[in-house]
Amino acid sequence: MTPAVEAKNVTRVLPGTVPVTLVREIDVAIMPGEFVAITGPSGSGKSSLLYLLGLLDRPSDGVISVHGQDTSGLSGDGLAALRLKHVGFVFQFHFLLPEFSALDNVLVPMRRLGRWNDKEARERAERLLTEVGLADQMRKRPDQMSGGQRQRVAIARSMANDPDIILADEPTGSLDQKNGHIVFEIFARLANDYRKSVITVTHDPHLAEQTHRQIHLVDGRIVDDGNGAKGTFGETALPAPPGV
Amino acid sequence: MNLKLDIALTHLKFRKRQTLVSVLGVAMGVGFFIAIASLMQGFQEDIVRRVIDNSPHITMKDEFRDAPRQPVEIAFAGGAIALRGVKPKTEIRGIRRAGQIMQALTIWQGLTVSQVLSGQGFLRYGSKERSATITGIEPDRERLVTRIDKDIVQGSLDALKTAGNGIILGRGLARRLALEMNDTVTVTSPTGVILRMKVVGISHTGVLAFDEVNAYVLLKKNQILQGKTNIVNQIRMRADDVNAARPLAAKIEARFGYRTESWDEANEGVFGVFFIQNMIMYSVTSAILIVACFGIFNIISTVIFEKTRDIAIMKSMGFAEGDIRGIFLLEGLALGALGALIGCALGLGLTYILSIIRFKAVGLVEIQQFILKWSVWHYVIASAIAMVSAVAAAYIPSRRAAKVNPVEIVRGAA
Repeated sequence: MTPAVEAKNVTRVLPGTVPVTLVREIDVAIMPGEFVAITGPSGSGKSSLLYLLGLLDRPSDGVISVHGQDTSGLSGDGLAALRLKHVGFVFQFHFLLPEFSALDNVLVPMRRLGRWNDKEARERAERLLTEVGLADQMRKRPDQMSGGQRQRVAIARSMANDPDIILADEPTGSLDQKNGHIVFEIFARLANDYRKSVITVTHDPHLAEQTHRQIHLVDGRIVDDGNGAKGTFGETALPAPPGV
Repeated sequence: MNLKLDIALTHLKFRKRQTLVSVLGVAMGVGFFIAIASLMQGFQEDIVRRVIDNSPHITMKDEFRDAPRQPVEIAFAGGAIALRGVKPKTEIRGIRRAGQIMQALTIWQGLTVSQVLSGQGFLRYGSKERSATITGIEPDRERLVTRIDKDIVQGSLDALKTAGNGIILGRGLARRLALEMNDTVTVTSPTGVILRMKVVGISHTGVLAFDEVNAYVLLKKNQILQGKTNIVNQIRMRADDVNAARPLAAKIEARFGYRTESWDEANEGVFGVFFIQNMIMYSVTSAILIVACFGIFNIISTVIFEKTRDIAIMKSMGFAEGDIRGIFLLEGLALGALGALIGCALGLGLTYILSIIRFKAVGLVEIQQFILKWSVWHYVIASAIAMVSAVAAAYIPSRRAAKVNPVEIVRGAA
């Protein structure tokens, strides 16, 4: 089976007078229907890896493939087009468009893609919001909703164009425990019932245990990819010097 | 509605006050442009109309564009002889073979021709005296060329033919000499001939430069007065197509040799002033528009600064750089279009107010009100300039918006 998204020997270095290596020599493949948590200490490159897998950032070296398609040759607009179709993002803070209602926020990616006509898109957005338990909140603007509700709108929006890959960056970071569990239940359902690849960054081990597989990162390297194949601690795995 | 337009308008709708200020800036620029353009063009066209109506379209004069070359220069071209102090031959000035030229010009297509002898004269009435340009005309021909009839406010052109020694005076000239109809004025020429002439008409063109110096008599009388029997020094022409006057004049000059000027060449000084006027007007109105553009630049920069997170999230959703740029260019266009719309209304109002103002001014010409030119083109041009500059002002910040790196933003916020 072709992985939904795959990284081969991926390294990302932030250029500068003192180049900073965010992740190095990452090899990982995520299958459809997998619910994966990326864990690791703060600064270990979890989010960086997530942005690379979501085509939001480009690797300095190595290749990211989506459904077997090598993305390294694509232009910025080419990557944007792939994101539009295949990737849905959920961030720690909801990042909704503040002037638009919950329904309109979910409609934005659909209107951009244009796969559904107005009526279909509206019905679909209403269904997605109902699915995350916001059937009665659709007309509200983000500032009229609670944090947990906003995050659920963000999840509904990430699902808008029916992507195969859902990426979440600390989605429960700003939520209380109850809302955190609701969000994780939704993710589990997306992976189990809809065969989506869900990848979430979290530092909450309790939540991470609810996923199928945990990828553990230390210092930009995978030390445990959750498939039994342990990475090696090389001599480079020294603690980063202070200030970097 | 289009998604980009929807987002663009939403951004503006949530910044009502800032939007209003920017839109009003554009509207002022557009409104003033329209009002001033209407004023300027109306004024200038009025002057041109008066000039065209009161003077012949083409005038052939009894002079040459370049002084004739001396025979010695022709005989010894490039020779090692320098002759100084050679004066041109004395001759009676006038257009030679005027009758033949008249005949030749009469059969030209689209041309009406008259001949005149124009010269200086001295008018004396009681203790008042003034010099005047006395033009000897043939009334029946002249009325076809310069439309002199319609300017005669008292008496008539035909009275020149019936009265023995009739003279028609410009109104300004008559006033200065305190002359009225049927008064008798003494006319003295530079050659010393004195004629007593009866005022048979007063002409009023509205152009002061004409009315204060011009007097008309019969051609024959002026030839006697100036001591130039059978001589004319101007051949005047009216072209059917005013705008063809200039090339036509050049053709006539090439054929007959005499200096031949079209109305626009003869009045180049006036048109030079028009050019400067137009430059000033366009500079002032452009300045207003530039200020307005800074307003647009400002609001869009502010929106982009405040909306960096939104831009990042839209890019993470899969919006391309062009989509982001498009959103903010649309905001500029919307401000420009709204400003242009309000500006057109403002321009219409200002022009209307100008049109009902009455005053009395005597300057280059006598006018009682602003002469305004109503043209839909003023509105089209002003709106187009406003929208183009609005989009241009939005372009710089929108490019910056398109380059926002979503990773930096989401990383910074997380």
